[in-house]
Amino acid sequence: MSTSPAKPGGPVLTADGTPLKTSLERSLKLSKLRALGLILPPLVFLVILFVIPIGSLLTRSIDDGLSNKVLPKTLAAFERWDKTSEPDEAMFEALYLDMTAADRLDLSKLGTRMNYEKSGWRSLLKITARGLNRIDGPPYKPAILQLNKRWGDIKFWQSLGAMKDPVTLGYYLKAVDLKYDGNKNVMRVKKHNRIYQMLWWRTFLVSTIVTIGCLVLAYPVAHLLATLPLRLSNLLMICVLMPFWTSLLVRIVSWMVMLQQNGVVNDSLVSLGMLHDENRLAMMYNFTGTVIVMTQILLPFMILPIYSVMKTIPPSYMKAAQNLGATPSLAFIKVYMPQTVPGVGAGCILVFIVAIGYYITPELVGGKDGRLIGNLIAYHMQNSLNWGLAAAMGTILLVAILTLYWVYDKLVGVDNMKMS
Amino acid sequence: MALPLYATPGQRIWHYLYLTVCALVLFFLVSPLIVVIPLSFNSAPFLHFTPEMLTLDPDGYSTVWYKSLFGMCDAEGASLWTSCTDKWKVGAFNSFMIAVMSTMLATTLGTLAALGLSRDHVPFRRAIMGLMISPLIVPLIITASGMFFFFAKVNLVSTLPGIVLAHTILGLPFVVITVTSTLVGFDNTLMKAAATLGGSPIYNFFKIQIPLVAPGVISGALFAFITSFDEIVIILFIGGPDQHTLPWQMWSGVREEISPTILAAATILVLLSIVLLTTLELLRRRSERLRGISPA
Repeated sequence: MSTSPAKPGGPVLTADGTPLKTSLERSLKLSKLRALGLILPPLVFLVILFVIPIGSLLTRSIDDGLSNKVLPKTLAAFERWDKTSEPDEAMFEALYLDMTAADRLDLSKLGTRMNYEKSGWRSLLKITARGLNRIDGPPYKPAILQLNKRWGDIKFWQSLGAMKDPVTLGYYLKAVDLKYDGNKNVMRVKKHNRIYQMLWWRTFLVSTIVTIGCLVLAYPVAHLLATLPLRLSNLLMICVLMPFWTSLLVRIVSWMVMLQQNGVVNDSLVSLGMLHDENRLAMMYNFTGTVIVMTQILLPFMILPIYSVMKTIPPSYMKAAQNLGATPSLAFIKVYMPQTVPGVGAGCILVFIVAIGYYITPELVGGKDGRLIGNLIAYHMQNSLNWGLAAAMGTILLVAILTLYWVYDKLVGVDNMKMS
Repeated sequence: MALPLYATPGQRIWHYLYLTVCALVLFFLVSPLIVVIPLSFNSAPFLHFTPEMLTLDPDGYSTVWYKSLFGMCDAEGASLWTSCTDKWKVGAFNSFMIAVMSTMLATTLGTLAALGLSRDHVPFRRAIMGLMISPLIVPLIITASGMFFFFAKVNLVSTLPGIVLAHTILGLPFVVITVTSTLVGFDNTLMKAAATLGGSPIYNFFKIQIPLVAPGVISGALFAFITSFDEIVIILFIGGPDQHTLPWQMWSGVREEISPTILAAATILVLLSIVLLTTLELLRRRSERLRGISPA
C-alpha cells in the first residue's frame, strides 16, 4: 500500500492504483474462468456423447411423425370423416395419392409402426403397395377394395386415429399395458396381452428382495469389519473387494458352475445326504437364480457404505450406554443402530438403483421367469426392433432411477461417494 | 472385538453365532470365485468335481483348457472338446486395445474436470459434479440404447472409435471421483509456498500438484481400465464383429454352452483382478503417506 497511499475515507487501492474491490472481483472472475476452462472440455464431451444420446432416447419415445410424413392426405381425409360410416371415395383417393407418392422404405417402416396399433396393417400395406400400378384411374374405392377387401373393414380406418398426431404417448401407454383406441381414449389392452405391468412389478420385487437380502447379510459383516483390529479387518476386506473387482461375467459363470443341476452346490448337498439324487434343486434359469446371483454381486455395494459409517462411530458410546445400565442388546438397538442409518440408507438406495436396471445377470441366469424390465428393453432394441417402445420403457426406468438418485444425493451427497 | 471375560453364556452363544454368520457371508462372497480355479484344471470336460479330482489324483487335473484358450491346437485332447480357434486371443487383444485407449481419454478428461471442480468459486459445482457422475447411475442398458440411436446417426455404430468413446464416458466418473477425493486432502499452501519460492504456475503444477495427485489419477485410471475391460452391454449394442472383446466371447460362450475353457479364461481374469486390487491398495497407502495422513 505504501506506493499508492489511499486518500483518507476513499476506497482502498491496490499497488497499481485500482480500487481493491474491483481488483478482487476481477481476480475472482479470472479464477472462475480458469476453473471453467478446465471443466469445459470434459463437460462438452459428456454432453455430446452422453446427454444428447439420452435425449435422443426421450425424443424417440414420443416421436410418431412417420404417419404424417407418409400419409398426410389420408390423415387429413380421416379428420373430415365421421368415424362410423363406411369411408367414401375421397378417402380412398387420398390413400391412393399418398401411397403412390410414398418412399418404399418409409412405407414398410410405417407398416411395422401401424401393426402396433392393429395387427394386419403391415401385410395390408404391403399387398396394396404391390398392386397400386394395376390401378389406372378413378374411382379408386372399388379398385383398392379389389386389391384387398380388408380396406372395407372400418376397424382399420378407425385405428388411424391413434397415430394421426406427430407426437404420441402411445409407447408409454404400451409400456404399462394401456393403449389408445381410434378416438384417442386410453384403455387397457386385452388380458392375455398384458405383460408389462407384471414385469415392472417383478423388477420392483426382485430389486426389493435383493436390497433386503444384501442389507441382512451386509450388516453383521460391516460391523465385524468396523470393529476388528485394522490388520485383520484389512485381510477380510479383501473378501469383500475381490468379487467387486472381478469381471461381472466371471462372477456369473462361477455362479452357473455352482448352481447348475450337476453343479457344486447340488453335488455337495447330495453327497452330504441332505438331498436325494432325484430331487436336485433347480436354482438356475429361474427367479431364485436371479435373486441369489444379484445378491452376491451387489453385496459389496451394501457393505462398503455401512462399513464406512460404522467406522466413524466411537466405541465409547456403547460403553457409556452400558455404563448407564443398558443391556448390550438394548445399547446396540438404541444407541448403535440409529447411528448407522445414513450408511444403511445409502447402501439400500445404491443397491436398489443398480438392481432395478440389471440386464446381463437376469439374461444369463434368469431363464423365463427371472427376466426383468432391462431384458425387455434389450429385446425390443435388438429383436423386435420396436425402438419407440424400448425408448419409452427406458425413459420410465430412467425417471425412477433419477428420482432415487436425487433422494440419495439429499441423503448422502454425491460428493461423499467413495471408491474402495 | 474379543469377548469380555465376564460375558454371560447367552452373550457367548450370541457372539459365536454372529461370527459364524459373518464367516458364512464372506464365504458366500468369495466361494464362487475360488471354486472356478480348481475346476479350470479339470481333465474332463465337466463343470463339476470328478472323483479323480476329489481324491487329488494327478490324472484328474490338466492344463488342456488353458492350451485351448491360447489357441494351441496341437494340444492333446483340446480339439476333441472344443473347436480350435484363436477367438480368445483376438478377444483379449480387442479388450486390451479398447480399454487402453478409453482409459487414456477418460483419465485426461476426468483429471481436468476434477482439477477444475476442486478450485474455489466454481459456479454450479454441485450440478456439474452430479452430471459427471451420472454415467455411473444411469443403467447401462439405457446408456447403450441412447448411444445406439445417436451413434447410428453419426455412423459410429460398429466402429472402434464408437466403442472407445462410449467406454470413455463410462470410465470418466471413476476418474473424477478418485481425483477429486485426492484433491480434498490437497494442501494448497504447498502451491503458494512453491510460488513464493519463484516457481511459475505451470512448473508448480507439474512439479508439486501432479506428483501429489498421481495416486488418485492412477487409481482412477485403473477403475476406468477395468470398467472398459469388463464392459459387455455397450459392446452388445453398438459393437460390430471387429469389436468382439473378451467379455463378448464369454457372453456368447456361456449362452451356447459353458466349457471348461471359459473357466480357464475366468481364472485368468480372477488373477488379473487380484493384481489390480493389490496395486490399488498399495497406491492408496502411498497417497496417504504423501499427504501426511498416517494410517489410523
